[in-house]
Amino acid sequence: MSILRRASQIARGAKSDAPADPLLAALQAALDPDRVKIDDAHRSLLGKDASVFEGGNAGPICYPSTTAEVAEIVTIAAQFDRAVVPRGAGTGLAGGAIPLGAPVVVAVTKMNRILEIDEANGVAWVEPGVVNLDLTRHLTPLGYHFAPDPSSQQVCTIGGNVANNSGGPHCLAYGVTNAHILAIEVVTPAGDIVMLGGIDPEPSGYDLRGVFVGSEGTLGIATKVAVKLTKNRPAVRTLLLSFSSVRDAANTVSGVIAAGIVPAAMEVMDQAITQAVENYVGAGYPRDAAAVLLAEVDGPADGIDIDANRIREIGLANHATEVRLATDDAERTLLWKGRKTAFGAVAQIAPNYYLHDTVVPRSQLADVLDKIYAIADAHDLLIMNVFHAGDGNLHPLIVFDGREDGVLDRVHAAGAEIIEASLAAGGVLSGEHGIGVEKQGYMELLFSEIDLDHQNRLRRAFDPVCRANPGKVLPSGHSCADIQQLRSVPAGLWG
Amino acid sequence: MTARLYSTDPVLDAFADDVGSDDPIAIVGGQTRWETGGELAAGTRTIAAPIGIVDYIPEEMIVTVRAGTTVAELHAELESKGQWTALPERGGTVGGAIAVGENDFRRPARGDIRSAVLQVRYISSDGQIVTGGGPTVKNVSGFDVPRLVTGSLGTLGCIAEVLLRTNPIPSRRQWFESTDVDPFALHELLLAPGPILWDGATTRVMLHGHEVDVDADAARINVLGSFAEIEAPPAPSGHRWSLPPADLRSLPSNGMGTFVAEIGVGIVHAEHPQPSRPLSPAVQLIHERMKAEFDPTGRLNPGRQVGAH
Repeated sequence: MSILRRASQIARGAKSDAPADPLLAALQAALDPDRVKIDDAHRSLLGKDASVFEGGNAGPICYPSTTAEVAEIVTIAAQFDRAVVPRGAGTGLAGGAIPLGAPVVVAVTKMNRILEIDEANGVAWVEPGVVNLDLTRHLTPLGYHFAPDPSSQQVCTIGGNVANNSGGPHCLAYGVTNAHILAIEVVTPAGDIVMLGGIDPEPSGYDLRGVFVGSEGTLGIATKVAVKLTKNRPAVRTLLLSFSSVRDAANTVSGVIAAGIVPAAMEVMDQAITQAVENYVGAGYPRDAAAVLLAEVDGPADGIDIDANRIREIGLANHATEVRLATDDAERTLLWKGRKTAFGAVAQIAPNYYLHDTVVPRSQLADVLDKIYAIADAHDLLIMNVFHAGDGNLHPLIVFDGREDGVLDRVHAAGAEIIEASLAAGGVLSGEHGIGVEKQGYMELLFSEIDLDHQNRLRRAFDPVCRANPGKVLPSGHSCADIQQLRSVPAGLWG
Repeated sequence: MTARLYSTDPVLDAFADDVGSDDPIAIVGGQTRWETGGELAAGTRTIAAPIGIVDYIPEEMIVTVRAGTTVAELHAELESKGQWTALPERGGTVGGAIAVGENDFRRPARGDIRSAVLQVRYISSDGQIVTGGGPTVKNVSGFDVPRLVTGSLGTLGCIAEVLLRTNPIPSRRQWFESTDVDPFALHELLLAPGPILWDGATTRVMLHGHEVDVDADAARINVLGSFAEIEAPPAPSGHRWSLPPADLRSLPSNGMGTFVAEIGVGIVHAEHPQPSRPLSPAVQLIHERMKAEFDPTGRLNPGRQVGAH
């Protein structure tokens, strides 16, 4: 939290827009004045993302439309010794896009063209501002889709997916974003335009493409992305299994993996979230089940019937009270609608929520969930669980009313205990949301000082002067981590 | 330099002591790709990495293995539980395979080596034990050190131990051969074919999955040509070319000679080497900084250059 405090200290400084600001003048000359925003409304809006964190402080906000413009912005920022923060749709949940220290914000949302569909090479070239679901909708008639499908896929961008190495329910079988990106054109923190990776299978050199994916905007700005085309599956089977305990559902998930089946998706929802979803969209989930498991297999019809039947048997062996196979596309869509609108459904219960993201070994799911419910009780909070069970990716959802006195302290205390319980079970800090500012303080629980030093070295190889999205990922004490180490912001500007 | 910090594993500690922090050093594995990246500088001390499978959890589909273990030994152990990894089987070690970063020719059935390394422990240039990545199948906690190390030819650290993703072995695998099929049409027809190898005349394809699915695919491909069941072919040998998959339609490329191409992937095993693919100056700069950050004294695998060919 200390970084946010520091950021808000900066934010309390003098605040006046200085029209004669030479940085602003240079940016406006490079783009044009109406694509460089400095008004309070813009700076307030882009000072936040979808996380609970406050205290962001945007400098000039630029809306480039070409790679050359991005390079020019970064070069100008370097001339004025100012940091740059890339930004897509701002749906991140770990504060990765929150601008700290009044940086130049590079919003890529106007770079939203699908440039080329290259079926012969199995790739599509897209700009970073293309919305995830728009890409899949564009590819579907051709027989393809983009496999990562985060819950925010209706609004989140490919550039943001690259920055966070985003996942989604269907990444169990197909892998997260890194497995679906072949090449990335990047503007480096020095303003150079480079191509990382390539559309050939083994590009020469260090795997800088692989390193860039998931680096949360700290290694440069992606301006063009080659995404892998995934063939649409000819057949899909979607099962809904109900259980009288969360443990039975979790054990079913472990049993399926142990049986050598890798379904396309395995999602678990506990009773609290199931009931919320039912009240919201009426997806047909059983209200009395302690947990439901949504399992999906896809591929050739004959083989997936075998897998679906095996999942059913494993569920029944783990005391499933009901196993339902979606009989048509409409029922399947409805079952998924319930899962995909889970977070929207929560809004009926309380005005605020804090969505956590940790990963534990699949065999530990049931034990860790027990601990999470105990943590909820101890802090007098409601915690709902809806998660990517197949890869052990938990998403405890703390639901609260922020107007209640002292509730935020309890929310943060419970969150810390959830993270500690996940790590104690052999887990990691984040499965798909990233570290951002949210979990910097926890990195030392997972990594040694030497491990973190090496991550910092990796970062410095791209960005020796900490130009790109400083104050993120690595904990304080490492270069680029401490916002007060940024060059000072000129008095009176962007305070 | 800072004093070395000891781990809880005496085998890793002994390896770190062996690597030391002063003299030029290289790790020797099976030497199946020893010439990759150029010649080792004269006078370099060579040592072997530690061996042994540390922990195999089939139901989590992960295995922790020390770098000096042979891929053959690892895969023999995994096969007893119906699993394998993406690591290539060609007589080498786990650490060597990861340092080189080349995929097995059966990659379409086995997965990509760069996605298989979930966690890596290596000895740094100054003799410290460093851990990158994490033990879960999904993880975005910090920078992706395992991907940096994979394919880095041991120039950034001495790989000691890795935690790998394993995959279930399909219940049925069957190779087929044809001399009258268009291999590209074959690749387009099948949903998720195994490897398709083509030498300009003969096409060999592995179908994999459930028995019923393999049978169905075997029937489908007959519309494209006549196929015969064959034993699994040996791994293709020769110089490795990496090309955009569509470029394989115009093989052989200039100067390639005889070849075996991995259709849909883009790797070609050819009689003659691929012309050099130099890095752009800006990418070269990042490479040089990376090497300087991880190995400031240049003692790790001296003479070897990543991306120089």
